[in-house]
Amino acid sequence: MSIKANDFVLEVEGLTVSFDGFKAVNDLSFYVNEGEIRVIIGPNGAGKTTVLDLICGRTQATTGSIKFRGKELTRMKEHEIVHTGVGRKFQNPSIYDDLTVFENLEISYPRGRSVFGALAFKRDKEVIREVEATAETIFLKDDLDKQAGLLSHGQKQWLEIGMLLIQKPDLLMLDEPVAGMSVAERKKTADLLNRITEGRSVLVVEHDMQFVEDIAHRVTVMHQGKVLSEGSMTRVKNDPKVIEVYLGH
Amino acid sequence: MQERAKALFMPRQDLIGFAVLALILIVILPLILDVFRLNLVGKYLTYSFVALGLVLCWGYGGILSLGQGLFFGLGGYCMAMFLKLEASDPVSTKIQSTPGIPDFMDWNQITAIPWWWQPFNSLTLSLIAVVLVPTLFAFIISVAMFKRRVGGVYFAIITQALAAILTILIIGQQGYTGGVNGITDLRTLLGWDIRSDNAKLVLYFVNCILLFGCLLIAQFIRKNKLGRILVAMRDREERVRFSGYDVANFKIFVFCLAAAISSVGGAMFTLQVGFMSPSFVGIVPSIEMVIFCAVGGRLSILGAVYGSLLVNWAKTSFSESFPELWLFAMGALFIGVVMAFPNGLASLFLRYIEPYLPAWYHGKAKPVQPAEVVEKAPLTSTDTQPETATSKSTEKQSDETVPVNSLEGGVYVD
Ligand SMILES: Nc1ncnc2c1ncn2[C@@H]1O[C@H](COP(=O)(O)OP(=O)(O)OP(=O)(O)O)[C@@H](O)[C@H]1O
Ligand SMILES: [Mg+2]
Repeated sequence: MSIKANDFVLEVEGLTVSFDGFKAVNDLSFYVNEGEIRVIIGPNGAGKTTVLDLICGRTQATTGSIKFRGKELTRMKEHEIVHTGVGRKFQNPSIYDDLTVFENLEISYPRGRSVFGALAFKRDKEVIREVEATAETIFLKDDLDKQAGLLSHGQKQWLEIGMLLIQKPDLLMLDEPVAGMSVAERKKTADLLNRITEGRSVLVVEHDMQFVEDIAHRVTVMHQGKVLSEGSMTRVKNDPKVIEVYLGH
Repeated sequence: MQERAKALFMPRQDLIGFAVLALILIVILPLILDVFRLNLVGKYLTYSFVALGLVLCWGYGGILSLGQGLFFGLGGYCMAMFLKLEASDPVSTKIQSTPGIPDFMDWNQITAIPWWWQPFNSLTLSLIAVVLVPTLFAFIISVAMFKRRVGGVYFAIITQALAAILTILIIGQQGYTGGVNGITDLRTLLGWDIRSDNAKLVLYFVNCILLFGCLLIAQFIRKNKLGRILVAMRDREERVRFSGYDVANFKIFVFCLAAAISSVGGAMFTLQVGFMSPSFVGIVPSIEMVIFCAVGGRLSILGAVYGSLLVNWAKTSFSESFPELWLFAMGALFIGVVMAFPNGLASLFLRYIEPYLPAWYHGKAKPVQPAEVVEKAPLTSTDTQPETATSKSTEKQSDETVPVNSLEGGVYVD
């Protein structure tokens, strides 16, 4: 795959969403490169989660455009957006507590996604191999038969990341992936993210500055639904506007 | 890891469960009960079709329907229409002002069989209609609701309203439906007298075979990926949607399947009891069906059968002595079950009986020590298996048993 400078995976342009007149995201534009880890930071209520919601189709944009590999996402249904290669992790770990780790990953494996496809689904060697490989990546190889509800908080976060990885998305969106994790777990997660970026782009929302420094290629700072600053972590950290509204306190 | 590959359709414990139920229904009950009582059991079993549908749609899929009587009733009415036309031949209705039409039509000054009754002259078409009409109805309701993402309590209320509307419609259109009395005085099926003892016996066994057919379908679903998606959807609908599934389609499917299964029960009711009336369509019967399902355990397909049998047996014995108290007793039973055993009789079995069953029941792969379970059981207020037992068994078991056990409980204490 050739990577040209203007060959963006994700192009967000003039994106606005208004909740009863309140513009949670206001004329927002940004572009994500192939293979890039982009982190969105900003104070609470800045609209970071809403941006992810808009991209994955959970919220309908009022105006603006979201192009993923040239395809307009704003008019697609949620599952169609997933099928084009966008995966999304929620802010609170969102896994199937009543199923095992294996089954959590198996359901996320992109085959048999229609009703009759699911009925005809066979747990064949390929599925088992993929599930085991993914479990290895997310440090859960020994817990495959464990009920997911029994995992620790950090492991649940990993499991949800694994559930996305097994879909092999081209764009991976993670909302606060290290929230509630121990320092050691954060480090492992940073390694994990750095390992999995090959051939895909990652969009991360995060508050933990150390973690952001560890993973970000570029950072977008949001404030009141708009882009406040954008660039490398060093540049953004020294931007007086950013210091004033976000990093200063 | 080897074991995971063969996702078992019928693990040992389930097979034994099926066999025990078959033994009870097909051998023991026919041996110890006279035809009258057996016919009564057959009637109760027709409700268990509905309860079974609710296990799939409510227990697994998380879609509570308070209007399943709709599908039971529609299936039953389709069957009744065929039998009524057969019973209304010109010879036996010659005293009517228009001979050859159902008696209630004649009483309502209707002089010809309406066009939509015509297909019910054919048994084949009637049998197709028994399943197709309720399923189509369910399809329309569920597409309208689930594609618009109406769910939860709103869905339950709408199904209840629809059951009420159909009842009112049937009662109001007396000339076409037999009104509040329903379609009565059914006699023969292709000349075979369904009121005879012999017929009742045969119909009881036909009912059992159909019930086991439906149980096998349900077993297939719950052991299939579709069953796991239903569970996933029940707990985390958004996650399923953002894993690339069109969630509404799965809800539509399971709701239609539940309706189809209920409709078979309805038709068998008509055949065994000899009539069908609006009192099996409306709100009260629909809620009763939910209670049968809840008492049996809403996650247990076999529990649906036991729940229906037990509650109805209690109802019959109880209402013989205190008819006016039955509704209160039923309400108390429902609240009691939901509060004390959210997963019904099935959870009692899993906690108090299964651990004591001999080794051949568990197969060599399940090293559960009863002592350990006894020690732990009173400590956990939820009806889950103690965590130690679960985590122990996970290593040696295929993953099949773990989610099943875990499904029986709500919260894990860790
Ligand atoms: N569906 C909605 N309806 C109305 N207001 C909403 C909705 N979703 C989000 N908002 C509002 O939009 C603003 C942005 O919310 P958002 O969740 O995107 O913030 P965030 O940057 O993710 O914050 P945090 O760091 O706390 O997660 C908030 O003021 C929120 O209350
Ligand atoms: Mg957020």
